[in-house]
Amino acid sequence: MTGDNCETCPAHASLAQMGIKIDRFDRVVALAGNPNTGKSTVFNALTGLKQHTGNWPGKTVTRAEGGYEFAGVRYKLVDLPGTYSLLSASQDEEIARDFILFGQPDCTIVVTDATCLERNLNLVLQVLEITDRVVVCVNLMDEARRKGLEVDVRSLARDLGVPVAATAASTGEGLRDLITAVAEVIEGRVQTAPHRVRGEGAGAEHIAPVQRALDELAPWIERLAPGLPNARWVAMRLLDGDLRVRQALLDGELTRIAQRQRQAVQRLSRKIALEGAQ
Amino acid sequence: MTHIPDISAETVLRLADEQRRSLTGRFRDQLVQAIYADAEAIARRSVKPAGTRRWDWDQRLDRLVTSPLFGLPLMLLILAVVFWLTITGANVPSAMIAEALFWIEDTASAWFTAWGLPWWVTGFVWHGVYRGLAWVVSVMLPPMAIFFPCFTILEDLGYLPRVAFNLDWLFKKAGAHGKQSLTMAMGWGCNAAGIIATRVIDSPRERLIAILTNNFAPCNGRFPTLILLATVFVAAAFPPAFASVAAAGSVVMVVVLGAVFTLVVSALLSRTLLRGEASAFTLELPPYRRPNIRRILYTSLIDRTIFVLWRAIQTAAPAGGLIWILGNVTVGGQSLAGHIAGSLDPLGVLIGLDGVILLTYLIAIPANEIVVPTMLMMYLGVGMMTDVPALDELKNLLVGQHGWTMLTAVNLMLFSLLHNPCATTILTMWKETRSLKWTVVGALMPLGIAFAVCFGTATVARLSGWV
Repeated sequence: MTGDNCETCPAHASLAQMGIKIDRFDRVVALAGNPNTGKSTVFNALTGLKQHTGNWPGKTVTRAEGGYEFAGVRYKLVDLPGTYSLLSASQDEEIARDFILFGQPDCTIVVTDATCLERNLNLVLQVLEITDRVVVCVNLMDEARRKGLEVDVRSLARDLGVPVAATAASTGEGLRDLITAVAEVIEGRVQTAPHRVRGEGAGAEHIAPVQRALDELAPWIERLAPGLPNARWVAMRLLDGDLRVRQALLDGELTRIAQRQRQAVQRLSRKIALEGAQ
Repeated sequence: MTHIPDISAETVLRLADEQRRSLTGRFRDQLVQAIYADAEAIARRSVKPAGTRRWDWDQRLDRLVTSPLFGLPLMLLILAVVFWLTITGANVPSAMIAEALFWIEDTASAWFTAWGLPWWVTGFVWHGVYRGLAWVVSVMLPPMAIFFPCFTILEDLGYLPRVAFNLDWLFKKAGAHGKQSLTMAMGWGCNAAGIIATRVIDSPRERLIAILTNNFAPCNGRFPTLILLATVFVAAAFPPAFASVAAAGSVVMVVVLGAVFTLVVSALLSRTLLRGEASAFTLELPPYRRPNIRRILYTSLIDRTIFVLWRAIQTAAPAGGLIWILGNVTVGGQSLAGHIAGSLDPLGVLIGLDGVILLTYLIAIPANEIVVPTMLMMYLGVGMMTDVPALDELKNLLVGQHGWTMLTAVNLMLFSLLHNPCATTILTMWKETRSLKWTVVGALMPLGIAFAVCFGTATVARLSGWV
């Protein structure tokens, strides 16, 4: 085995915190999540920065940025405001939503609280409708263990259709799994198949009219902007009367996103064709 | 490669609007229900629940902390303990730091004189700019180094959201957002920080109310004034054993009064200029967590204490220079400070204060931290900021030589609580609202209220023959 192989093998790759030296970076990773899930702790652990952390919801009200280097790739990490959903028009939710949609990060990490996963999944499901490049971070695993909770990460990953990493960011546990998963999603080594809201069980009666309207509208949006990864979500927003998304559709912002996305896919497939998928 | 769509955006929007109209029930509610159902199903498959012992403990504590009966008293008690720790704990280190820093001033100015530099160079540099710095550091550093870690411990424990929960109904009655209680609590640390924190409030109307009333949460820069007055005037009326408790109690009373003003002004605003209903919101009560000592020290000492101190230093140094000039440039046999204070005196006396206090607050617009030293400098007429003399001496000076009464002390506490926000806070209001109108309202409304309230107490006190 040559040294080269070791350098590219994720298991031996090195993590280097880059603090705020992010003027040159290769990839952009967004950090979303409910308030008070230790999102800022994950951010600090990866970047080596000292973003203020505290046990109360809503203290990160602006975007913070930092960087880390992993396996020779420089990542810019953008810490978004903690939100419970992406459906309302409050400023913090808009910042988070707009960045995931228009900022087009290469990957979005959704940090969740292992001790109250169900509530946190609401946001995860909404993010999965916007983008398929998602890694879910189940944080506060140490606290969950103390409370005797067990989280089956594999079942969760199967249900959500994206990689899931179990972490305890305050001790650094699982962070390597997290950034490895992020790298794999970005490089296309892991194919994601994000969960679509389908109204399981009692939700069936609610999803039926929603689904009908979406089925009607989404194909038209796909025709307007081929390659848009989230036509279904755009349809949801239009049906909900979201003015920002309406505007983005009217002035062609969404079409441009779709074009950039297509070009990126072509570049990636060309790269795979030339170098072979890893 | 460009793609020319065979359908226009307008057409898609028209289709969307048709669909919207045909939907029965609210689309968002249906969607949210579906999301909840999925989340529940997924969580059920992947989380194996635990026994319930620990949850019980959390819940039992929550029932006490957020109980309608004990919630508020407990909160006031915790607040009083924090202030008491701050007041009693800061005295000794403050004096030690002051002694060391003023020794440097004496030594350095002696050298300057020995080197034959003109008196005004020595005066401006050492008795002006440097003394301003030394004052702010010695007065502010110890209380902040105690107050901020205490506050951070409460924050890390998860107590702050419970405070918001307890106060929610009050703010709702005032037509304001329940999260305003959180931004108010941040305001006790620093009003500028509190105003930035209002971003967590969804509704622009309620956010504006929170921004405009944040000033009524007395910030760290104003606590030294409140604490000094509480110690000199209130504590002195009690036996020594209870003095510090009485001082802490009266500071808590001022803080509570500030909360009352916050609520009353919020209610007035939401019934006049910013009419509207209070919006509902969900507030998560996070689990109680054991605070991480290292992180608390880092957050409270480096992030907060040093940050606030640095800001104070930046404003105190030029203000120290200005004070020295005002105190040492004489026109017609009287210093500039004397002239200005003299012309402000009638207005000051009208509201139960005096010209010196008003001039002090003019100079202290950049930073409220320098109120006490500036005031003392002008009373002592030494042409430079001065150290607080022993407390009974101070009382003799204020009461005996400058005609202070209990009314002056009470009104100064009120004025300190209510008056216009500092320059940084006003700038933050502008940055957050991007509206000249609301920035002006936010700066002048508190000032108007401060004058009105002080005029009211002064008039009542005079009419009733109390002073």
